[in-house]
Amino acid sequence: MLLQVRDLKVTLQDQGQRLRAVRGVDLDLAAGETLCVVGESGCGKSMTALALMQLLPRGAELSSSKLQFDGIELSKLSRHKLSALRGRRISMIFQEPMTALNPVFTIGDQLRAVYRRHTGVSSAEAQARAIEVLESVGLTNAELRMKQFPHQLSGGLRQRVLIAMALMCEPEMIICDEPTTALDATTQAQILRILKEAQSARKMGMLFITHDLGVVARIADRVAVMYAGRIVEHGSRAAVLRSPAHPYTKGLIASVPRPQDGGTGSKRLASIPGNVPAFHHEDPRCPFLSRCPKRMSICTREAPPVRQTEAGQQVACHLPLDAQEALTA
Amino acid sequence: MLSFLLKRATMAVVVMVNVSIICFVLSNVAYDPAIGIAGAQATDEDLALIRQTYGLDRPLLVRYGEYIGNIAQGDFGVSYLTKRPVLDMIVERLPVTALLAILSMALALAIALPLGSAAALWPDTIIDRLAQLLAVAGQAIPNFWAGLLLIVLFGVQLRWLPISGSESVAHFVLPSITLGTFAMPPLIRLIRAGMIEVLASDYIRTAKAMGIRPFQITFKYALKNAVLPVVSLSAVQLGFMLGGSIVVESIFALNGVGYLAWQSMSRSDMPVIQAIVLLISLIYIVLTLLADLLNAYMDPRLRSARK
Repeated sequence: MLLQVRDLKVTLQDQGQRLRAVRGVDLDLAAGETLCVVGESGCGKSMTALALMQLLPRGAELSSSKLQFDGIELSKLSRHKLSALRGRRISMIFQEPMTALNPVFTIGDQLRAVYRRHTGVSSAEAQARAIEVLESVGLTNAELRMKQFPHQLSGGLRQRVLIAMALMCEPEMIICDEPTTALDATTQAQILRILKEAQSARKMGMLFITHDLGVVARIADRVAVMYAGRIVEHGSRAAVLRSPAHPYTKGLIASVPRPQDGGTGSKRLASIPGNVPAFHHEDPRCPFLSRCPKRMSICTREAPPVRQTEAGQQVACHLPLDAQEALTA
Repeated sequence: MLSFLLKRATMAVVVMVNVSIICFVLSNVAYDPAIGIAGAQATDEDLALIRQTYGLDRPLLVRYGEYIGNIAQGDFGVSYLTKRPVLDMIVERLPVTALLAILSMALALAIALPLGSAAALWPDTIIDRLAQLLAVAGQAIPNFWAGLLLIVLFGVQLRWLPISGSESVAHFVLPSITLGTFAMPPLIRLIRAGMIEVLASDYIRTAKAMGIRPFQITFKYALKNAVLPVVSLSAVQLGFMLGGSIVVESIFALNGVGYLAWQSMSRSDMPVIQAIVLLISLIYIVLTLLADLLNAYMDPRLRSARK
């Protein structure tokens, strides 16, 4: 396994209160595999990604029983070793291409700096490598782009530059935190294709954070559905998307607009009532309790067991498995 | 870039003309220059004679026109007191003031940049508290008092440094510390606030995610963004200091422009005062322009906005 995470917890300070953003997450990622972590805003998926990179905001507390990349325990690495690992073996792409590049340095400065930091080559070699990677992510006029500043590029171009930056040193794992959310649909499709190509060409492990099930359908090998700091369902793309077992996953899939329903106004778009709750205290019960349409009395008393469905995914729910199958049908 | 420069130069001229009008009118209407020349005990006949001799009996507009015409030829008039050309008096004192201003500014920046950055890197630690204490103290302690304390400690008690005059660089140490301490607090605050904001920005997170070395992140990636507003503030402060610090130059008897301004004011030497006011506004305008150019050089977003 390239990445092994067990019982990851992140606690944030929110106006003097402790906010439990991630409450015991387990993840595995193999080389060459794409794992999508999907969930709505505030479910803790970005915090999970930042925790893996050890880039949590100031004041955040992290704990885990295992946080290993290629056998290296990330939470025990020194600042120096961590910095040598980031960008070299693990890279990350963020959601906001507009603000993720330094406004006062050229694209070339920023790309060369990353390559030279990790390889120690000359500026000319770094220049050649940067142009090669920029072209590989579909940027035309790469040599001109190198001399430009971020504000001279569109959002889509900037995101390509950021992808190129993340790929400069051919990392073994790449974490993408909603890299296409801020982009228009056409650009989004291009970026996804570029990422997928880069991943399969280099056999990278890719952890892809998104709230968009369309993106999941397009790129995921496996899917982890996250809700209120926990993973409630986890399995292959086919299993989770075709036969979702957890009531939350079902609600999420039902709330995706379908072209055949749209335009006529005959059918209302389904939604899950309420918001993701914030957890200030430990609560082992199902996080979806307050919004679940299938709530039973046992849900208010006991933590849900994790079970395996027939389709092969793992689901944390009290509902009998046959009842879940019936729901799907 | 050229059109920007032309626009700024035109504006500078307009500002200068306005300053000269206000300065000239105030010093001729709010106050009778004849009394300044003749002294308070002068008789009415004396005053009439002086008005006639200096042309003060002519309309204000005519006199202003003549004044501006002379300035255009580099003639700022003659001091009532010393009877010497005003320009000569200022020019010979300018090096002292310039040296003091540059040393003070250099000292202020040399302390504020690392201290403000350190305070931002480690907020709410002892370093941050120290920076804030220094900022508050520097702002709260009047510089005449700080100057006197330095004189007592280093000049009188320890006898390490000279306390008056401008013969050697050593003479500038205490005045520079006094004036530098005065200029430092807003710089520390601006750098600290700027660095805190920049260090929390998305592009710094990107740099960290790419494994850029922490030292390089702080002093290259972050500082270059955080110092942008500092350039403008430093220009204003340097302009203020190049006009001569009246208080500091008087305390340390540095024979600079500030000291000259104080002498001229206390003896109503109007031509000198007028010239110093014009000089200060000119320095301000030039420095602001330079700061804008420097900012445009450092911040590519400003450069393309101006094209």
